[in-house]
This record gives sequence, structure tokens and C-alpha cells, in this order.
Amino acid sequence: MTPLVRLRGISKHYGGVPALTDVDLDVYPGEVHAILGENGAGKSTLMKLLAGVVQPSTGHIELNGKPILFASPRAAAAQGLVCMFQELSLIPDLSVAENMLLAHATTRLGFFRRAQLRDAATALARVGAEHVPLEVPVRALSLADRQLTEIAKALMKRPRLLILDEATSALTRERAERVFAVVREMRAEGAAILFISHRFAEVDALADRISVFRNGRHVETFAAGSRSHEEIVALMIGQRLVEFYPPRPLLPAGPGPAPMLSVRGLAWQDDIRGVDLDVRPGEIVGIGGLEGQGQQALMLALFGVLIGVRGEITIAGRRVRKLTPYRAKAPWPGLALVPQDRKSEGLILDLSIIENLRLAALDRAHFSSLANGGAVQRLIERLGLVYRRLDDPVSTLSGGNQQKVVLAKWLLLAPRCLLLVDPTRGIDVGAKSQIYTLLRELAGDGMAILLQSTDQEELVHLCDRVHVFYRGRVNAVLEGAGLASEMLIAACMNLPTTATVTPA
Amino acid sequence: MRKYRALLLAVFALALLFSLFISLHPRGFSVYVVTIWSNQGILLALAAIAQFFVILVRGIDLSVGPIVALTNVAASYLVHGTPAATALGALAVIALGVVCGLANGTAVVFAGVQPIVATLASGAIFGGLALLLRPVPGGTIDDALSDMMTYDIHGIPTALVILIAVTAAVTWPLRRTRLGLSMYAVGSAEAAAFLTGTRVAAAKLLAYALGGVFASLAGLYVAMVTETGDAGIAPAYTLNSIAAAVLGGVSLSGGIGSPVGAVVGAFILKTVSSAMFFSGLPPLAQPFFEGLVLAIAIVISALGTVRARSRLAVYER
Repeated sequence: MTPLVRLRGISKHYGGVPALTDVDLDVYPGEVHAILGENGAGKSTLMKLLAGVVQPSTGHIELNGKPILFASPRAAAAQGLVCMFQELSLIPDLSVAENMLLAHATTRLGFFRRAQLRDAATALARVGAEHVPLEVPVRALSLADRQLTEIAKALMKRPRLLILDEATSALTRERAERVFAVVREMRAEGAAILFISHRFAEVDALADRISVFRNGRHVETFAAGSRSHEEIVALMIGQRLVEFYPPRPLLPAGPGPAPMLSVRGLAWQDDIRGVDLDVRPGEIVGIGGLEGQGQQALMLALFGVLIGVRGEITIAGRRVRKLTPYRAKAPWPGLALVPQDRKSEGLILDLSIIENLRLAALDRAHFSSLANGGAVQRLIERLGLVYRRLDDPVSTLSGGNQQKVVLAKWLLLAPRCLLLVDPTRGIDVGAKSQIYTLLRELAGDGMAILLQSTDQEELVHLCDRVHVFYRGRVNAVLEGAGLASEMLIAACMNLPTTATVTPA
Repeated sequence: MRKYRALLLAVFALALLFSLFISLHPRGFSVYVVTIWSNQGILLALAAIAQFFVILVRGIDLSVGPIVALTNVAASYLVHGTPAATALGALAVIALGVVCGLANGTAVVFAGVQPIVATLASGAIFGGLALLLRPVPGGTIDDALSDMMTYDIHGIPTALVILIAVTAAVTWPLRRTRLGLSMYAVGSAEAAAFLTGTRVAAAKLLAYALGGVFASLAGLYVAMVTETGDAGIAPAYTLNSIAAAVLGGVSLSGGIGSPVGAVVGAFILKTVSSAMFFSGLPPLAQPFFEGLVLAIAIVISALGTVRARSRLAVYER
């Protein structure tokens, strides 16, 4: 069988920095081909090459056996190569329908046709996004709904090769399942799907073949299921061994220290309807639940982002009032928030690494020590940040390293309480493991950590206790033996088995 | 409905201001008064639509005024004689506007010059050219055409009819065609538009070209109203066209707004200054009060951000 797409001797370098080196890869029609690798392994560059965003420095791409060059995403889409980008390619000010129409190939005398609106609705329904209203501007959608819209938009282009780059990272398990079902349908119809994910569960569920990339090189391609996860991870990271989740310290007997962060009766609009929770120094407390059950709003409320929050927030025994992000980061209460979207909320992409690192601490007295680099240098080493020069734009870093910069910028302030929203979304195994270890160490130093995550594994294996949200309330608190994947899923979906779990 | 809130607010404000203006005017509501009002309003309205297109793709056009002046001067040379010559002359004036707009677009799109710098420079050139062509106001405009364009049709000001027709013709396809939607997309999120496979360069060039077209229409209409070519009119249009667009709900950060909004904004500005004229306020105090009204209007149109549920919402605009 002729491969749909064949890469031969592809290299790509940006300036002098190689991103891909001498890559050969075949993608066949009717297969789901997973691409695995740490950040910086060259996966994104590979996708961009196939989607026409960048052109190879050397080597050539064949489509159905014929050499081809994609000058732009438009040209690639015309050949049926469509990429669903991780940095969403939706236009925030246009409505869902308009975004979908823009992706549609045909017009009549330049005008869109009414039937195309129906196509858009059909595509949305196909990926399980019937609830997304066509006329609402994309900026009003949740991240999860935006991802679904993005996938539906890609489907509208009727791709022969669909590239999914962390396409379901913000989706809950059930929504992701629906998308996977569509991917399987497309495979059955003969389309090829290139699938990038950092979640093994997704790769196991979908992939026919797996290609592992490391340091810009194609390491190996093998049939899914022929290697264990440990073997695959070993291929991805080379010789390094990772102990993925750091061990949880044994809880000391007795009632434990007084809570560092205490929340009572917190409410905001319809999103949060009376939430109580405590985080003690040394604890990593998880916040889970299906998307949009109020978890995101809780994290924003705690950092003073939301207006009109009711209820009590107490830090180290003192009640905080009139919270804003500026007041929240002050020595007291000493809060820090690692936000959901590191590119738009966590970092100033145009500034350098060092400028981003200093940004949160700019108005602190010890700025001179920051400038001299002592504290910064120590933190960078502790986080294992990989960079060339600290003066490089932060945008040149891989996703995992960008997230480390976001973390480091807050850690320079030595916060009492660290709030994290999906800190490992879309970052590679190595960086994930480093971040987990760091969080555990920080907790060990007496920090209170509140971690909101869409990654079930992370909640189950990293956290001491998990509060599960359902319709704006804490539905269940899981800890000890009750903190297991099945219990978590049951609680997320408000299933009756939650009765076996420590009640909230 | 949220989508149209800014626009509805502007229309409401215009209605209020218009009533005020009529009540202050010594002749009250009459075809004559409304015709004069329309003739004044359409000039800025067309310039505001020109500005709208450039702002839509996240630009700003400081050459709107100079293009109005240059095309007005060109009209004073070209738009007279036989009906055919007059028509051809008008077309040539519009073509000149397209050339000016495309020159701006080329500098921005292909040379990568920032819009504010590119149009500052090109504006100086266009304005200078206008001054060379007509150092003092003068020239001839076809009388019949001028009368036709500036009087009324059965009591309805011709200018108003033309403006409504032109605005509708340009607004209707804007969100229904690929190129129209592409301009919104490019202005709202250029990278996302590129990744979607939108023709980014074409959309931007089109916006600048349309900017040129509408600036030249403004220049032509100035010629109809004043029956002269005058190189000195540029300053009245550049900044006021920006203010009009903003008043009409056009976002300076690109991707939001409509030509209708720009038109309403322009009429708000014009009505305020006309009302001032009849208000009995000392002439020297009028600019101050005009500025005050403008400031209040802009504050009101920005009120949406104050009611935000989340502090982040303010920055997501």
C-alpha cells in the first residue's frame, strides 16, 4: 500500500537550532498513528511541516507517492491535510458558525450558503458539541467547548490526513471518548490520523501504530500494544529513568496542623454554590470534576480574579477581604496562581525568560537579589529548566519549560499557598515528573498546595485529598483508600457509589 | 442582542442628540434643516466607514483626511463637462482612492510597516500632493450633479438615501462572504486566521483598498457640497473618523464593529457640533463642550467593562 504521506530525510532548523533531523516517516490511509515524545522532541515542528505552517529545510514530503510542497495552511488544507492546533486556531470575536464557515472550502459567488450552516451544526453534533450555540462568539466558550469547536471545524474540511495535537487536553473523559469515536469512524472511512498526546490512556485507546521521537529524531515506529508503557517511556526519554509520581509522605497521627487556606461558604454567580474546604501546610489538595462544574471559577475566586465573590476565605487564620491578584500575591496572604492557559495568562510571550521570571516579584524589596540572579539561579536549577540564554524570548522554550518559568516566577515570591490550574496540561512526561516532584518538595517545606486538574491520574496519584466538584458544590472528598480512579470517576459523574467515600 | 448593544446605545444617543439639535434650531424640523444636517453628516460618515475598514484589520489610518482632500481636489479637476465626462471623472476619483488605499495596504502587508507610521507618511504625501495640485481652493464641479446630490427626493435628503444605500450594500455581504469574514478574522486573531487557511494578505489589502474607496467617496461628496476643491480639509476628517468609529462601537483592537456603527458615530459627532452652533454658547467655549460630550459618550460606550464578572474579562477584549 502506498503511504498517504511519506517523509524522506526531512530536516528543519530555525536559525541554527535544529528542530527535526533527517526524519523518515510513513503515514498510511486508515490508520491512527500516534506520535510520542517529550517536548522539544520535534513533534510540533513535524505537525507544522505537514500543515504547511513551516517548510522543511531539507528533504521532501510525498503525498500519494508524489512530491509536494505546502506553502501555507491553505495549500495543505486544499490537499486534505488538516491540523487541529494546540494553540487554538479559532477567531475569538467571530461566532462559532462564522468560524466554521471560514474553514469551509466553497462559496457561491463568494457568499456562504445556508446549507453550510447546517453542515456546521452537523459537524458539532458529530463530536458531541450539540450544546455549543452557533451564534455565540468563540471568546465566550469554555476551553473545552473551544477544543470541540476546533475539532468540528477540522472535520468540516473533510481531511484525508487529520493531525490532532493534544486535541482533547481540556476535555473530560466522556467528551474525549466521543471525539475518539469520531476518530475511529474517520479511520474506518480511510482517513489517516496523526495523533499527539501525552496521555497513555488516549494512545492505548486509539493508536494503531506509534512513532517515538526524541531530540528531533524519529527513534522508532511500532505497532500499538507491542511495547509496555515503561518501554515506551524509556524510548521517549532515552536512558533516564523516571519515578513518575513522588511517594506521598505518611500522614502524621493526630489532627495535624491548622489549615493554611480555609474556605467557608464560598459562592459566585451560578458557578460556585457554597464551597467549604481546607488545605493544611504540607498538603497537596486536588480539585476534580467534569469540566465547568465550578472548579475553574473557584481557583480564580481564590486569587481575587472574580468580582462579587461571597463567603469567607481565611489564610493562616486571618480572613482575607477585597482580594485582587495584586493583593493576593502580597507577603500576606501570599497566594500564587498558575493559570490554565500559560501562553496567554501565565507568560508574557514577547518578554525574555528572565523578565518573565522577575515579573511577579518586581515590586518586592528583594528585587536586587533577583537581579543578581542568586535566587533565580537556584530556582532554575531546582526546576531543571532547559534553556539557552535567560535573555531569549520565553516563547522559544518548549511547553514544559514554559510552565516551569510560570512556576518559578511565583516561587520567587515564596507563597504560602500555591494554586495550580492544570499545571501539566500538554507537557511532556519528563517535565511532568519534575513538576510533580517539585510540588511534593514544596509541600514538604510547608506550602499549602491546591491543584485543580483534568488529569485523573494526577489527582489520584499526586494528591493527598481530592475534592470533587459537581454543579458548583463539592460532591465528594476522596482520601486514603477512597482516592482511586474508579471512585473519582464515579464522584465526578455523581454516581451513587460515592456513598462509599468519605462524605464532604 | 449583546452583539448589538453598543450599536443600539449609539443609535439611541443619536436620536436624543438629533431631538436636541432640532429643538435648538431656529427653523425646527424641516426638509431644509434635515438636508443640511445630512449633507454635513455624510461627509464624516463616509470617512468613518473608510476608517472602519482599516481598523477592522487591526490598523489605523492617519491618511483618511489627506485622501479625502486629495480626491476632493482631483474631483475639482475631473468631475464636470458632459455627463459621460462627469461620470468618468467620478470613477477616476474613486480609482485614485483605491490607489491610495492599496499604497497604504502594500506598505503594511508587504513591507511590514506599522499602520500608524505607514499612514502618517503616506498621509503627508497625499496631503502634499493635494496642496501642489490646488494651492488655493477652487475648481469646478458639475452643477447639475451637485444639486442632485445635495437636495432632497420628495422630502428625503438625497445624501441620506445614498448613504443608507451605500452602507447597506457594503454591510450586507460583510459577514456573509469569505473575504468579508476574513477581514474580521484577521483583525481579531491574525495567527488563528492564518492557521485556518484564510488569505491574510488579501483580506488586509482589501480592507485598505475599501478604506481608500470610502475616503474618495467622502472627497467626492465634499466636492458636491462645497463645489470646490480644497486641499486644506484633511485635518477635519482623520481624527474625527477615528472618534466616529469608536463611538459607533468599532473596537480599536480590531475584529469588532460594523460600517453602520461608524456611520452612526459620525452623525453623533456632527450632531453634537451642529447643536453647539445653535446652543447660544460662546463660540470659544464650544470646542470644550464638544470634547466633554465626546468624552462622556466614549465613557458610556466603555461601561461594559465595568460590569464584568471577572477582572480577567477586561483584558480579554
